[in-house]
Amino acid sequence: MRRVALAGAGGAAAAVLAALVPSLGLPQYYVSLLTQTWIFGIAAMGLDLLVGFTGLVSFTQAAFFGTGAYLIAILQTQYRLVAFWPALGVAVAGTVALAAVFGLLALRGEGVSFIIITLALNEIVWGLAYQWVSMSGGDNGITGFVRPAVAGVDLSGTAAFYRFCLAILLACLALLMAIVRSPFGLVLQGIRERPRRMEALGYSVRSFRYAAFVIAAGFAGVAGVLFAYYNQFVGPVNLSLDTTVQILIMVILGGVGTLLGPLAGAAVVVFVSNALSNLTQRWELILGAIYIAILLYAQDGLVGIGRRFGRAVCGTPGARGAAGGPAMSPPPPGERDGQA
Amino acid sequence: MTPEPCLEVRGLTVRFGSLVALDGVSFAVRPGERRGIIGPNGAGKSTLFNTIAGDVSPSAGIIRLRGREVTRLPPHRRASLGMARTFQTTMLCPRLRVVENVILSLAALRSVRHQCLFPLSRYRDLRDEALRLLAHVGLDAKAEWPVRMLGHGEQRQVEILLALAQRPALLLLDEPTAGLAAEDASTVTAMLKEYPDDVTIVLIEHDMEFVFDVVERVTVLHYGRIVADGTPEEIRAHATVQEIYLGGTP
Repeated sequence: MRRVALAGAGGAAAAVLAALVPSLGLPQYYVSLLTQTWIFGIAAMGLDLLVGFTGLVSFTQAAFFGTGAYLIAILQTQYRLVAFWPALGVAVAGTVALAAVFGLLALRGEGVSFIIITLALNEIVWGLAYQWVSMSGGDNGITGFVRPAVAGVDLSGTAAFYRFCLAILLACLALLMAIVRSPFGLVLQGIRERPRRMEALGYSVRSFRYAAFVIAAGFAGVAGVLFAYYNQFVGPVNLSLDTTVQILIMVILGGVGTLLGPLAGAAVVVFVSNALSNLTQRWELILGAIYIAILLYAQDGLVGIGRRFGRAVCGTPGARGAAGGPAMSPPPPGERDGQA
Repeated sequence: MTPEPCLEVRGLTVRFGSLVALDGVSFAVRPGERRGIIGPNGAGKSTLFNTIAGDVSPSAGIIRLRGREVTRLPPHRRASLGMARTFQTTMLCPRLRVVENVILSLAALRSVRHQCLFPLSRYRDLRDEALRLLAHVGLDAKAEWPVRMLGHGEQRQVEILLALAQRPALLLLDEPTAGLAAEDASTVTAMLKEYPDDVTIVLIEHDMEFVFDVVERVTVLHYGRIVADGTPEEIRAHATVQEIYLGGTP
């Protein structure tokens, strides 16, 4: 129980610290990058539910991210729906509805064929955004929409919008943590490990995978909505394969099945790609090298590196037993994904 | 009046291309019966098992579970109708804790499995039940271990425990003692023998002695057909069975 209280206190302190960032006198540029981190973090954590907890690698996350973003832009510019909550509701519902259809198609395949179908679906949405010019503005995308005030709070300033995104991120994190710790979350992990066993026990593996797919898309939709308001521009690049791969890399870089890892992964990808692109035009090359190094030498991602570092420094393996459980035989590294 | 069979298989045929793995297999297992299915390698035992469990679709024939036809139902539907199985090669969730594996078995047929907002720790009764079951096989001290840290014999015990935990009407065991040391094998035998009489068990085994020790009736498969069916004594004395097992030509 003490560990839980400690983790809770640590989390609260981190949240307060994060909320204070805009008041520390940092250049606005960094506050913007952190805002981007929170936004992509939501999409990456949502994808982690699918990749890390359910064991399904999907390449459709950017399509859902972009759909959320486009819906906000279209609702405001073409349907005059400006108010935040109704627009968020419609955009996320639209994204979830798209995922409900895509999930049925993608889950007809398993393993590699699932991956290929998700990739194809992402390309379809991208193609639609690129070519349906009257609706999406084609290559030019959509501009000319604004950040509405939420509950009377003006979000047009960098600091206010930063705090707003942080609040949504924390809500999403809390929700995802609740999901992975619930009986439903354990079922997803069981399916990740041994789908055939789970089916034999009486679980409809397809239904649970479907649920995870749609939930993950919902989080991507929320992130997309925030991104539309952040950038005040939406274009095909936001739902391109590039974006999908980037979100996937955030998850893998941070450590699959850890939720907080993908958030850290989002921070690294956002900061490194921005820093490198200021230094050199060949920044994607360097970023690629970093990804390869992580995949070769630290497959459990940043969280895994952190754990090993912590162990080396403290000299103890650190009992990571469940609350109330006996502290015995702590599992080896990477053994207990999903309980971070 | 004879009671309705717990499991009824009629004219079951499975073809893989031109290979006929099962050729019109029919038999019935009455409630509470312990039935062994034996046969040499390639006799079609595993195909029969996987067809009953729902992993393989038959080319012809029907399967009834407690009078209800389940021939085309997916495995998870059969489980919800009272069928449980073990796998020949242990199939547990290796990175999950032992107790979590048991909880997954217990929760499988309960509505709690859909609950996605409250933590699992809130369901103490589920956990207590899992720990009780583990205590029964002496594994409660290792309840918090990831399954992959258990020994082979212990994993085998958990494998069977997962099937038993659901209190199924029909329990399918696929070579429960495969690859076990003699000591572990006898633990498994004891586990099965003390299980309540009302559970019907169908088990496939290579090890004839083990089969004869736990079952009351044996069905012998050879080249996808049933060649003998009877009590262990009858099977032991059966001429064809001796030929098959001693390598003679049928």
